[in-house]
Amino acid sequence: MRLYLRFLAIHVKSAMTYKTSFFLSCLGHLFIALNCFLGVTFLLNRFGDIGGYTLPQLALCYAVILAATSLAECFARGFDAFPRILRQAQFDRILVRPRSLVAQVICQDLKLTVASRLLQAVAMAAWAIRAGAVAWTVGKAAVFALMILCGAGVFFGLFLIYAALCFFTLEGLEVMNIFTDGAREYGKYPFGVYGRGVLWLLTALVPLALIQHWPLQYLLDRGPWQYGLLPPVSLLFLLPCLALWRLGVRHYASTGS
Amino acid sequence: MKKYLSFFKMRLMAGLQYRTAALAGLSTQFVWGTMEILIYRAFWLEHPERFPMGMQALASYVWLQQAFLTMFALWQWEQELIQSVRTGDVAYELIRPMDLYGMWMVRSLALRLGRALLRLPPVVLLGSLIPAPYGLRLTISPAVFGLFLLSAALMLLVVCGMVMFLYALTFHLTDPNGVQVVATAAADLLGGAIVPLPFLPAGLRRIAELSPFGAMQNVPLRIFGGDIAGADIPRAMGLQLFWAAVLIAGGWALMRAGLRRTAVAGG
Repeated sequence: MRLYLRFLAIHVKSAMTYKTSFFLSCLGHLFIALNCFLGVTFLLNRFGDIGGYTLPQLALCYAVILAATSLAECFARGFDAFPRILRQAQFDRILVRPRSLVAQVICQDLKLTVASRLLQAVAMAAWAIRAGAVAWTVGKAAVFALMILCGAGVFFGLFLIYAALCFFTLEGLEVMNIFTDGAREYGKYPFGVYGRGVLWLLTALVPLALIQHWPLQYLLDRGPWQYGLLPPVSLLFLLPCLALWRLGVRHYASTGS
Repeated sequence: MKKYLSFFKMRLMAGLQYRTAALAGLSTQFVWGTMEILIYRAFWLEHPERFPMGMQALASYVWLQQAFLTMFALWQWEQELIQSVRTGDVAYELIRPMDLYGMWMVRSLALRLGRALLRLPPVVLLGSLIPAPYGLRLTISPAVFGLFLLSAALMLLVVCGMVMFLYALTFHLTDPNGVQVVATAAADLLGGAIVPLPFLPAGLRRIAELSPFGAMQNVPLRIFGGDIAGADIPRAMGLQLFWAAVLIAGGWALMRAGLRRTAVAGG
């Protein structure tokens, strides 16, 4: 952890060298992310509700996904840049250092712009809570926190898969965007809205519904409290992700440059 | 003229490369389109009376949006060009016996056309295989189809005019990044990328439809779906023509003014 903070400080410093550029791009990201939710607002204003969800409830739902992806990205951006790391043979250097591989890749690259997204998630959650999206209890608050943390875990797993596949393809797979950037986009609506097929796919295959749709039912008093226990279950997803990563590392042969 | 034409052909070929990447991107676009339609379907099933377009028109809109994405997406910048202004490499381009604006314009047109041609057929094919209200509209008269093609060509001109305007702006700014991001966000909102323009609140919708961003994907996609029809077609296309002319003239003047001031540091 201390190592991670050290890397964080270095990256903050390097980003701050170009201050205007940094703040402008932060602002731009905020604008774009806000835009995305503006679409939801327009649709909800026109139609009133969707699947029984109101706007504040959707805002809460989006805040969870946004916070989860941003947290995961804070830690896993290095995996996103992994094709580059592999191609430039930086991975060789990583391999010879006496630290855990995953920990080092985490430290490779940081995009501070995700901070603006995190900020947006906090603001939206605050607004949703003030607008009375949920009748809070201690249990619900705990589940809410679990949704975000475990969500970050699942997204971390997805980044890990993305990087592991790079060992085999040597280039980034755009297909993975469906689950990383895509999930952030679709996550503005509870996955149940998309119909049963999508819901089951995202429950059983990639457990994104376990950190969004199902516990949300409990938060909004639409389902039994047992649904609130599902987020930690989603972390089982990390096991196959790590296994794939191990497989990838074993498969790795340096480019030799 | 011939040199522009051969330059066009060169860049078109470049756009047509990376077939595997396009194929891989295809699945992403297909899933993206499907999810988008599923959301609108949920709204449509619950409140059909408040739906501002036909479901079929909307589905066509979404599929064509995916098919044409690489053509009209403003964020498909050619970072090379922007970087060349910052680093001074643009000097090499200026040595060539061609007008810089014309050359870059041709370059943008060709690349966007090439990329789109590559992705267009499979997405259109997949979209048309999907059953009735959720697939691509197939019953379209040849006349409307012709207008759609014409409008798509105008869209390409407007998009490239806008992109060139922003490139020209980089001659006047040290860091063009901020302007780019803001333009992208505005195009997303006012161009109909986030929600099709009929779904916007009335006031914003009027602004969007008159803005240059509303002269992009909004027009051809809605003509195809039958959402813009009759007398609205010439009006919308006239507006496209107007914005294409304004943006191209503005961008050209801006670039000339920029070039006059530009001093390339030697070395």
